[in-house]
Amino acid sequence: MYDIAIIGAGITGAMAARALSRYRLKICILEKESDVAMGATRANSAIVHAGFDAKEGSLKARFNVEGSRMMEDVCRELGVPYRRNGSLVLGFGSEDRQALETLLNRGQKNGVEGLRILEKEELRAMEPHISHEADCALYAPTGAITCPYQLCVAAIGNAMDNGADLFLDFPVSAIQKTPEGFCIHAGEKQVDARYVLNAAGVHADSVARLCGDSFFSIHPRRGEYLLLDKTAGSLVRSTVFKAPGKMGKGILVSPTVDGNLLLGPTAEDLENKEDTRITAEGTERVRRQAAGMVEAIPFHKTITSFSGLRAVGNTGDFILTFGESGVLHAAGIESPGLTAAPAVAEYLVTLLLEKGLSPEENPAYNPHRASAHAFREMTAEEKNAVIAKEPAYGKIVCRCEGVTEGEILAALRQNPKARDLDGVKRRTRAQMGRCQGGFCMPRILELIAAEQGIRPEAVTKCGGASRILTDKEDTTCGI
Amino acid sequence: MRDLVIIGGGPAGMAAALAAREAGVEDILILERDQALGGILQQCVHNGFGLHTFGEELTGPEYAWKYIDKVVEKEIEYKTETMVLSISPEKVITATNATDGIFTVEARAIILAMGCRERPRGALATPGTRPAGIFSAGTAQKLMNCAGYSVGREAVILGSGDIGLIMARRMTLEGAKVKAVCELMPYSGGLARNIQQCLHDFSIPLKLSHTVTEIHGRERLTGVTIAEVDADRRPIPGTEEYISCDTLLLSVGLIPENELSLCAGIALDPVTGGAAVTAARETSVPGIFACGNVLHVHDLVDYVSEEAATAGKSAATYLRGAQEKNVDLLLRTDGRIRYTVPQKITEKADTTVYFRVAAVYRNASVSVYSGEKRLFTKKRAKMAPGEMESITLPASVLPENGELRFILEEEK
Repeated sequence: MYDIAIIGAGITGAMAARALSRYRLKICILEKESDVAMGATRANSAIVHAGFDAKEGSLKARFNVEGSRMMEDVCRELGVPYRRNGSLVLGFGSEDRQALETLLNRGQKNGVEGLRILEKEELRAMEPHISHEADCALYAPTGAITCPYQLCVAAIGNAMDNGADLFLDFPVSAIQKTPEGFCIHAGEKQVDARYVLNAAGVHADSVARLCGDSFFSIHPRRGEYLLLDKTAGSLVRSTVFKAPGKMGKGILVSPTVDGNLLLGPTAEDLENKEDTRITAEGTERVRRQAAGMVEAIPFHKTITSFSGLRAVGNTGDFILTFGESGVLHAAGIESPGLTAAPAVAEYLVTLLLEKGLSPEENPAYNPHRASAHAFREMTAEEKNAVIAKEPAYGKIVCRCEGVTEGEILAALRQNPKARDLDGVKRRTRAQMGRCQGGFCMPRILELIAAEQGIRPEAVTKCGGASRILTDKEDTTCGI
Repeated sequence: MRDLVIIGGGPAGMAAALAAREAGVEDILILERDQALGGILQQCVHNGFGLHTFGEELTGPEYAWKYIDKVVEKEIEYKTETMVLSISPEKVITATNATDGIFTVEARAIILAMGCRERPRGALATPGTRPAGIFSAGTAQKLMNCAGYSVGREAVILGSGDIGLIMARRMTLEGAKVKAVCELMPYSGGLARNIQQCLHDFSIPLKLSHTVTEIHGRERLTGVTIAEVDADRRPIPGTEEYISCDTLLLSVGLIPENELSLCAGIALDPVTGGAAVTAARETSVPGIFACGNVLHVHDLVDYVSEEAATAGKSAATYLRGAQEKNVDLLLRTDGRIRYTVPQKITEKADTTVYFRVAAVYRNASVSVYSGEKRLFTKKRAKMAPGEMESITLPASVLPENGELRFILEEEK
């Protein structure tokens, strides 16, 4: 019997699991995919928002600003990259200027520090590649960037190091009330827990209905992105937005913590909660809008495109409350969900403690997790000391990102263990560079097979039937 | 301090090392990232290599072995499984491997022979899902030929570059069904002989002016939609065709791998993606030379070996302090000729200039002008982007300085 089961291993579930692992509790995290961070957490803008967007008084506003203040420390404890690069909202003409004034006022009411309007000259001095058409901008020095999936992996890993259990390939299919709490089923599998936290992202409404709660609904809003090579990463220093419209904050142009340039997202409301296709129209829209904000974007340096689904709730705000069933829902966590996650986690813990969850502290709790990037941040001397003990750290497997065999093996062994090629990619960046795994994928595939003691043919890209190789025996020519 | 360090132990690196040794360089070190010398040839198990160099038809590994044997025989030092991390403009090389850890080597001269990489799917931003089963052609080739794996049963190939063509045949021989090779351009970027031997001989359809417009399948690829494209390479609505397949191979271009060149401060040619070099294959940084696919993408390994020998010999001359720079000529092209290698001529000598054209031209001539004066002209019945062309300028026609303009003219 678990004290609490968290459904969904995205950033909200991950941060909640970590916050709960401070207490002497039996915690499990249930995830339907074969890895953590597989929903909106995998594919979003990677922005730590300053907090001027959300309407004053909303949960979004409150937790955005609180989360933004917490994020640097959280990233440091978890060994995840974080950079306070500041953000700019560009204004084109007088109507936009008014919109920026509104954001400025709202941000100040929300408690965002250091906001101010820049005029053209100062804007251009700060960001020389900004469009000449932009005549002013709202500057938020507390805006920052991080890596959302690494943060999620690290938070889950830290929770696991502190005693939490992770069940992957656990698509919750039924939730039963029991005298002690709940019994959660995934086909044949089941776990019992006293409390349940529903952090199921776009599926949070379906999960709520499984336990009888139907007071909210979620629809997916697709956002498509383009990622450009590192040689384009310094085109802008800040995260650059355009004055907002009805469908969110519009396209942004931002460096990533890994040094790439990220463009996107589009905003397209869908029915299908799994439809992460990219479209020709979406790609075109991202290119067109980005080109209107920043000059001379080298689109030919695009190394990949991807899309993510934001979980848009029907209330316009985060839904953080117990249902009649007694299940605690954390739903509708769209932007600024990543930024808010550490603060939302604290709030969820408070709600659970108020409801009777034991507040006894976990004496073994350690907030720190070894950084997946520890090796690459070492000096040459430090690296050589590591290589002398573990020669695998001397072998580069991914040449584009400079990832060693030692780092890949660590990702296959450290909580939560990578199980497939994409899992290795998200943890180490191997296959994420300009050749997109062309050179290193065969080697990583063999490392995974050897580490897991499985046939190379059984290694997948991202779980399920996503196998890379086919069985030889089955081919018509297999002699 | 080493006299000559060569980055890359593929065909270019090995030929450069042997030529440098031949020309008297004793102290040579080859740094190779893979487990063995040979580079990409190790996965090219098909034949057709060496016709020019050895007058016989070899497989890739056989061609490589001819050089590996000589490297061993001449006792040229090499380190495998060694990745070069950086090169400074002062020619200090930082590298890493499992036994030496991270180490630096100072070199008096360097030859860059890192080869090229394939353009990945991401660069195309093809609409659709991102399932397993999409490979760049060379990655699939490595999986099949070096490790003996099978990558799929029903394939579509996008791009008719040589690796795509070779892989169409290879997958067919492995028992897979190759349903189509789609080429965005109205002509193939591959060698004519490969189109015949790899597609026509196996009745694999080559769909020119076609591209993949959508990728289907959530976990493993289930199919692709292809469509015809117009003159601007935009898909023509109504021409879409769904092809079910579990494998999509991409052969959509090769990119010279010049990250190390950039960190050494070497100027690149924006068209080739490789260093801009003199006829000696010397880059903008004195004493750093480049050859093979890191410089520009070649069709035939024989030409790589030839170019590498030039670079090796030139490095030896540089190390002896015997370089002669007695002319200063910049080579310019007209767009129809996309680029030349070399991009500069600094020595008055017979000089072979390699170039590629931008489209298919018939009955055309290539002329070289200095100012209004035509120095040289050569006629060709047909020129195509897939085939590298060359002309040899006699020393006697070379002026002292200025620009040499390479102009392609079609006969009316």
